[in-house]
Amino acid sequence: MDLYLPIANLSVNALVIVGLGGIVGLLSGMFGVGGGFLTTPLLIFYGIPPTVAAASAASQVTGASVSGVFTHISRGTVDFRMGGVLIAGGVVGAGLGVLIFRLLQYLGQIDTVIGILYVLMLGGIGLLMAKESIQALIALKTGRRPQARKRRHHPLVAALPMRWRFYRSGLYISPLAPLLLGMATGILTMLLGVGGGFILVPAMLYLLGMTTQSVVGTSLFQILFVTMATTMMHAMTTKAVDLVLAMLLLIGSVTGAQVGTRLSMTIRPEYLRVLLALIVLLVAARMALGLGWRPDEIFTIELN
Amino acid sequence: MRRRDLWRLAPVLLLGAAAAPQLVPDVSQRDIEIQYSFTGADLLLFGAIVYPDGNRPEKPADIVVVLKGPEQSITMREKQKVAGIWVNADRASFRSAPSFYAMASSRPIDRIVDERTAAIYELGVDKLQLSPSSLNDSAELSRFQEGLVDLRERSGLFVERPGTVEISDGVLYRARLPLSARVIVGDYTAETFLVQDGRVVAAAVRDITVRKSGFEQFMAVAAEKWSFLYGLTAIALAVGMGWAAGAIARRV
Repeated sequence: MDLYLPIANLSVNALVIVGLGGIVGLLSGMFGVGGGFLTTPLLIFYGIPPTVAAASAASQVTGASVSGVFTHISRGTVDFRMGGVLIAGGVVGAGLGVLIFRLLQYLGQIDTVIGILYVLMLGGIGLLMAKESIQALIALKTGRRPQARKRRHHPLVAALPMRWRFYRSGLYISPLAPLLLGMATGILTMLLGVGGGFILVPAMLYLLGMTTQSVVGTSLFQILFVTMATTMMHAMTTKAVDLVLAMLLLIGSVTGAQVGTRLSMTIRPEYLRVLLALIVLLVAARMALGLGWRPDEIFTIELN
Repeated sequence: MRRRDLWRLAPVLLLGAAAAPQLVPDVSQRDIEIQYSFTGADLLLFGAIVYPDGNRPEKPADIVVVLKGPEQSITMREKQKVAGIWVNADRASFRSAPSFYAMASSRPIDRIVDERTAAIYELGVDKLQLSPSSLNDSAELSRFQEGLVDLRERSGLFVERPGTVEISDGVLYRARLPLSARVIVGDYTAETFLVQDGRVVAAAVRDITVRKSGFEQFMAVAAEKWSFLYGLTAIALAVGMGWAAGAIARRV
């Protein structure tokens, strides 16, 4: 079933795109991540121009995170104050991302930077997750209860001036820390079309020292609004959001996300985390190979 | 573009005084609409060769048809291995690279015309005049031109079909050229050249318009003109579908 994408200017097999969205949605439902880190590379691999891929993937992450946010709000596990600060940072970061995007495009290094960022981000987070989840698995097998981690924030965070109380997160820290964190994820969202949950969740746990209960809800809340802002910025600046492509991805991913959520309830979370770490490391390894191998296309064309 | 066409027709007009043959060309579709199901088009370029007093020459003449898309100003980058990874290192800019170029001829082009004539009439993807606007030496430029041709050939935007023009009874010709689904909208030209003894003795041009229609046209315009509303629609769509899926799943 071929369908013409009006912004990407090419025709694609609609079923392939829906299926791709479905796989990403399934993963996002199972692991509670946006899945943008898979969508963008897969779309580029399929032949969609990178800018269109990143711009349209952001709206797919929005769709995948909506129902999660509603669930977490009803359970009371969203820290709105923390979320608000993160979103403010995220929107500023997305704005900065636009400038960086333009600069890199002008220099002609956007592909390389995107590739390196992917490898560093996914490789680092993947290793961290793998180490932690394997330790959890060993603890599970030997029947030892893992030692409760002492919850406290990084000394650098404590050094920042001006302190606010974040009740639901159980924190009394400077709002500058989550603001900067939000900015970093905003830049990543703009450049890579990822939600940034990968960076956000570990950073909130280990750098800010938030309570585990409110981490996932708050990060989803931030991702929802930042991907919305990013979609808007892409629509206004790069004009590369393809509604037909986004629609196809959404059909697949929202359905997949629901199936994934159900699946995740039947599998032990320890195994899920190992699986996710493996997928992340695989994508990182593939991107790393892509940087070092001779690419299929030595030449690229860019319109002036 | 226009002026260059006129210049090309000049020798034909001059010859016209003496009894020169004429071409009466046409295309199967003058208006190509890109719709949701657009996967490319197959164009039939056909026509007649009209000889004065109906005298056909002893040696059969050759026909070359060229279908050309709007010209674009482009920058090309070349990846090289730097410190173990492939990065864009070299670049070149061209002011007039055709976004689409398809050519069919009745015999292989090097047996119809010589190099110089082929270059003058841009017959063949290696003969395109791209007007470089950056300071590269000629070896670099030809490397970039080869890269461009290779990329565009693989995406179906540059097509060469030598020996596919059929000429029946020396007066009627027909050729098929494929228009890839990746073509951009704009004004295209279908040029036909009549070649006799290595010289172009007649030429004619037909215009073809490629445009998006209906929904596709509306989307393209909306993304450009009403980008705020367009962005808002994308967001509303994402939120709405995500919410709806969640609501349905809770009931099932």
